[in-house]
Amino acid sequence: MSARNIGIVYQKELTEALRDRRTLITMFILPLVIFPLLSVGFGSLVAALVGKAEQEKAKVMIIGGEDSPDIVDGLKKLDTIAIVPLEPDWQAQIVNKQLPIVVEIPAGFQKDLADQKLQTVMIHNYEGDVKSEIAKGKVEKFLNKYRDSVVENRLAAKNLPASVLKPFEVKPHNVAPPEKSGAALFFGGFIAYIVVFLCLNGGMHPAMDLTAGEKERGTMETILSSPISRAHLVIGKFLLVLTTALTTAALSVISMGISFTIVNALRATPIQAGREGATLHIGFGAALSVFIMAIPLAVLFSSVLITISTFAKSYKEAQSYIVPLLFIVIIPAIAAMIPTIELNPKLALIPILNVSLLCKELVIGTYHWNYIAIIFISTCIYAAAALFIAVKMFQRESVLFRS
Amino acid sequence: MIEARGLSKRFQDKKRGEIRAVDNVSFTCQPGKIYGLLGANGAGKTTTLRMLATILEPTDGTAVVCGYDVVDQPEKVRANVGFLSTATALYPRLSAQELVEYFGRLNGLDEATLKKRVADIFNRLDMNGFRDRRCDKLSTGMKQKTSIARTLVHDPRVMIFDEPTTGLDVMTARSIIEFIRECRNRGKTVIFSTHIMTEVEKLCDTIGIIQSGKLLSEGTLEQLRDKHREQDLEEIFVKVVAPHYVTEEAH
Repeated sequence: MSARNIGIVYQKELTEALRDRRTLITMFILPLVIFPLLSVGFGSLVAALVGKAEQEKAKVMIIGGEDSPDIVDGLKKLDTIAIVPLEPDWQAQIVNKQLPIVVEIPAGFQKDLADQKLQTVMIHNYEGDVKSEIAKGKVEKFLNKYRDSVVENRLAAKNLPASVLKPFEVKPHNVAPPEKSGAALFFGGFIAYIVVFLCLNGGMHPAMDLTAGEKERGTMETILSSPISRAHLVIGKFLLVLTTALTTAALSVISMGISFTIVNALRATPIQAGREGATLHIGFGAALSVFIMAIPLAVLFSSVLITISTFAKSYKEAQSYIVPLLFIVIIPAIAAMIPTIELNPKLALIPILNVSLLCKELVIGTYHWNYIAIIFISTCIYAAAALFIAVKMFQRESVLFRS
Repeated sequence: MIEARGLSKRFQDKKRGEIRAVDNVSFTCQPGKIYGLLGANGAGKTTTLRMLATILEPTDGTAVVCGYDVVDQPEKVRANVGFLSTATALYPRLSAQELVEYFGRLNGLDEATLKKRVADIFNRLDMNGFRDRRCDKLSTGMKQKTSIARTLVHDPRVMIFDEPTTGLDVMTARSIIEFIRECRNRGKTVIFSTHIMTEVEKLCDTIGIIQSGKLLSEGTLEQLRDKHREQDLEEIFVKVVAPHYVTEEAH
């Protein structure tokens, strides 16, 4: 094995890759700009818009209530909503999203309440519309409080304590560290998914360009006429694909880490992970662990990509083989996000799923060393097998000169 | 020197079954001489030359190039061969100089020798005006010069040209013919495939007529004229190839 020859091929492929717009876009622009914008930026935008809707005074119309001043006055005193005069086309206004909700108070509400008759206060809303849901929540909160006060008065009139209706309280107490519970678990799965996806995505274009693309452009015959052995040639190419895959994955983890830090710093209240209020962040240790586990996976991906693309006659044909592969790879990565799926000895042997599940644990700072060893070694074995196949494939005339 | 001994190549085709692209071909090319492989499209010229350049491995037989066996020592063979065809394209994102240097390094040249060799070739081929221009921005003529520089950078003793003028304009084709002649004058062993009769008449010291993978006739132009009792090479070619060409069509 000549390191010099492999190095020469690698250096040349790197020079060409850094001059290729498509490689630069997948390697740098996607992880550094597009994904943070999509994930963090879009998330914060939604949060900001929802926050704004919450702070806005929602317009509310009231139907009836002329004979029930208590409830109407209570609603009017709420500073989170603004009561506006009832208009006949209120229903159309809700449907057109000009009005979030209308509260309908039945006739004789206050009197019937005093007589202890069952009443129904209707809230007409637009289900699923954020503004309508927020306004409904505000009014419901008031109505529940009002109802509780009526109950309390009734109990007090009969000299009964409030505990008659509520003999005991139920309160959950989370003993898991906040950074390892709640949304953080899902967040870990999401990071794993991003790393797996970008690892593959980063290597896709260079793998196709360096093999099928070379066949198409006619440079394959040129390079095969040079003294370099085909094994050295394919290893040099493989190393370049690996570099782009790992760079894409590393940059995406770093950029997401930075994005979360910036967003957390900009916001008064950080993005909440659990109820206890842990901040979503990727520590340096976790990021490094995820990256180390991603290395054998990237080797596996790069080898598979090279093998498939070498078989293809043209870039287009390679694309038609590799796009379905993307789905095959994404399925286990998405499965790892399902909260009930956890690492076990069998799952630790399933490629992609094992690394995704492990990354989920690593992101929240849990290190199962046994699993880490099993997964790292098994992925290395799969990767070595895939690389072996890639090298063999590249040495087959029937593949290189497929017509 | 090139010595092909019973060189054969068979391919498996799903529809047509086994194809004998090259069938038991033997010939010798001497240093300082040009051997012309003349044949129609699909006759087996490219496959023969690819086997000599060790891009393809023979199914049977072998060839010895500069004392090295194409089956057992393919890398040593390639280090002594310059291979040029219209199919050997250039890397679009490398400059002309980077490309030539890349192939120099792959041929094991050290940096000092490489620098000297590249400067020398670029001067000789008048390439300094576009040495830093990317290959995808070069004209056809510039590309052809860069390809020639690529084949010369390791100063090979054997030159293999596979239909080097196909698709080129008259001026570029002429410069290639001139280059082939220059290679002979420098004492290199040259083998060259074509289906253009005038190129063979102008250049070749020995002519081999190939059809359906078989070397049907071989000799100097004079020897072929005597043997087939025809003066015109095209007539000789048709006379030799026609019976086999019918077989090919029927096949």
